Amino acid sequence: MSGDRVTKVLLFISSLTILLLSAGIVISLFGGALPAFREFGFRFIISSAWNPTAGSEEYGAMSFIAGTVITSILALIICIPMAFSTSLFIAEYYNGTRTSGILRSLVDLLAGIPSIVYGFWGFYALRPLMVATGLTDQGFGVFTASLVLAIMIVPYATSLSAEIISMVPAELKEAAYSLGATRREVIFSVVIPSARSGIIASFILALGRALGETMAVTMLIGNANVIPKGLFAPGNTMASVIANQFGEASGLKMSALIAIGLLLFLITALVNYLGKLIIKRFA
Amino acid sequence: MTEMYPVLTDNISRRNRTNIRFRYLVIAGSVITVIPIFLIVGNLAVKGFRQINLAFFTKPAPDTFQAMMAASSGEIIPGGIANGLTGSLLMVVLASLFAIPLGLMTGIYIYENSSLKYARFIRSLTEILQGVPSIILGIIAYIWIVKNITRGYSALAGSVSLAIMMLPLIIRSTEETMRMIPVSIREAAFALGTPYYKMIYKILIPVSFSGLATGVLLALSRILGETAPLMLTALGSPAISLDVTRPVSAVPLLIWDFYNDPNMVSLVWSASLFLMVFVLSMNLLARSVASKHKYI
Amino acid sequence: MNNTPQSNNVLEIRDLSIAYEPGKNAVNGVTASVKRNSITAIMGPSGCGKSTLLRAMNRMHELYPNIRTKGDILLDGQSIFSMSVIELRRKVGMVFQRPNPFPNMTIYENVVAGFSLNDIRLKKSQRDEIVENALRNVTLWDEVKESLYRKGTFLSGGQQQRLCVARAIAFNPEVLLLDEPTSALDPIATSKIEDLLGELKKKYTLVLVTHNMSQAARISDDSMFMYLGELVESGRTGTLFTTPKDPRTEAYLTGKFG
Repeated sequence: MSGDRVTKVLLFISSLTILLLSAGIVISLFGGALPAFREFGFRFIISSAWNPTAGSEEYGAMSFIAGTVITSILALIICIPMAFSTSLFIAEYYNGTRTSGILRSLVDLLAGIPSIVYGFWGFYALRPLMVATGLTDQGFGVFTASLVLAIMIVPYATSLSAEIISMVPAELKEAAYSLGATRREVIFSVVIPSARSGIIASFILALGRALGETMAVTMLIGNANVIPKGLFAPGNTMASVIANQFGEASGLKMSALIAIGLLLFLITALVNYLGKLIIKRFA
Repeated sequence: MTEMYPVLTDNISRRNRTNIRFRYLVIAGSVITVIPIFLIVGNLAVKGFRQINLAFFTKPAPDTFQAMMAASSGEIIPGGIANGLTGSLLMVVLASLFAIPLGLMTGIYIYENSSLKYARFIRSLTEILQGVPSIILGIIAYIWIVKNITRGYSALAGSVSLAIMMLPLIIRSTEETMRMIPVSIREAAFALGTPYYKMIYKILIPVSFSGLATGVLLALSRILGETAPLMLTALGSPAISLDVTRPVSAVPLLIWDFYNDPNMVSLVWSASLFLMVFVLSMNLLARSVASKHKYI
Repeated sequence: MNNTPQSNNVLEIRDLSIAYEPGKNAVNGVTASVKRNSITAIMGPSGCGKSTLLRAMNRMHELYPNIRTKGDILLDGQSIFSMSVIELRRKVGMVFQRPNPFPNMTIYENVVAGFSLNDIRLKKSQRDEIVENALRNVTLWDEVKESLYRKGTFLSGGQQQRLCVARAIAFNPEVLLLDEPTSALDPIATSKIEDLLGELKKKYTLVLVTHNMSQAARISDDSMFMYLGELVESGRTGTLFTTPKDPRTEAYLTGKFG
């Protein structure tokens, strides 16, 4: 029937979009980044220079790589205890109850709040707190940004972890109970070892999200094009420098920014791929 | 029976105490995790409510002078977010025109041909694409559209970046929805002699409709809140227009503009409140659609 | 039941009622005794409450949050609800329907899992002794002594189940509860387990839930027949099977319902 053929061809053609898009993205990023790499070579990646003055332009990605890595990892560290306890609450202690359903919805709400709203709330509500602690004079900096970032990635870590934890077979838990273990002991000796790969994968995926976060970080990290000097010092991430400076950039500077975008793309793709790999190996 | 080894019974109370303490830790951690929601929503509601009236939705954003005058005399700032609303609407509709049909069809393709290596490859590419930070999609749309097609910032570029964001989301949710359809339904259709394409249009899609709708709604709620790619593509504009080749505003972009202008502070709160409520409502709507039609 | 002296009854169940939700009793007013060094079988059609009754004996039924319990169970004269659950479960062990060795532990670690889970430190020589004794008691020692430090997942179903028995008896409990221990096993493994149970009753007291009447007839000394949460009849297995007193028992034994 020609209707069949037409449908099959149509479906196949639409699948090509993804192929073309992916190829196009990679080609455009490489193409746009080429001038910067031609000018600075691979030194671009490890250099922390950022000098846009005409005549002695020099750009390097290291300040931003450092900013991205530090904020994302710090955010993950802050997020881990929160996500861990929340997923245990949802999937173990109160599994199946209305309370767990409510908590799950609340956590999902966290994921629905737009990034700019987080940044803006962080600016008006968290910043004064940070200034009050005296650890930073203006409230901007790596720590503030990481804190908000942590809140933003908690839902991603929690929902996957909770799912994996709820899939631990009841019989294993019962065997441990029947031997006299307390609930906490059952969790640490049976549930967690059983769910370990899934939990790690969920944290890696959360890290992947943190790496690409733009608006909230841009508004809180202090916009300093240097490697952060301390935990409460300002800096910039790959995403935030692009957001801040792309609009008025041109020529070599724009190419440098695109090159940073390329690096961000590669890092994020790698981390996400790692997480998916772990899940597949586990499932 | 004879005891061959020491059976300690004095650690039982210690273990019970640790057990109880750990439970409290878990509860405390969970409460801490969700406190930010209440803080954020509460803050926004209290501070943003004042500025919201009919004019908020119908008037375009004020310029900084008007805002300064109003702020210094303690009045409500004139104007609203109308240009942002129209711009967002324009770009989202354009993006949907591209992403929804393509996403559905690709999702169906992957589901129908899941045994082919090519289909699995496309699936992996979709997953990678989903993880690409939105600002990079902004760079891409800038290179493709702003530089080469519209020779300047434009709504078209903005919608392209949003479309690329929506596409993987819709593909994934379509495929997952399809996978939940019992195989017996397809088999029943084929047993009645239904041709393949009719099976898709008349059985597969209608049966999974609520799941597909949920996926679309969630994708929409995701892109409505996006700011970063629009900064590099749509740029923003005070005008209310439908010209896709010119810059256009969007609600998140307006929030960014207001944020950067100290005179417009109260507008930031109300615009953020509106955006957040809108996005969260879409989220809840999507969830209720999903749960009401539990057939799939 | 027979007129045997009190001390011979390891377990005494006194008017026990258990409800998962108010008004619906899964176990309704059961009174019975379990004699030392014997095998007592609990049988009945599915849903009769036999598993619930069994799990009450090591208070595993309390894992359900809304459970309501009335009546009492005495272990050697002491109410199990008055002692710590942890202590109780050292004296009353359990083997489950599907073999469930801990997959992240080696065979050796599985046998002593009870000790490690309870935070009990033992010297290596003590642990070695326990492992060898337990595995010998379940006739698994020769089969696994070369692979003690491998994870137990390569074992056959029957071997895994014997490993679970070893894990349960490593504590030297007084009572061993078995919840349909052979229903997931093939006939050969089943008969090996049944032989094993016959040997184990010399050291321990066994309570066995089974949906297989012929198994009950084969290996148990005493039997309890449950129906709709009630203990319909109990007694010496031989007597119960040949001359059941209650028509419901007879109907079950002749296969009128299963």
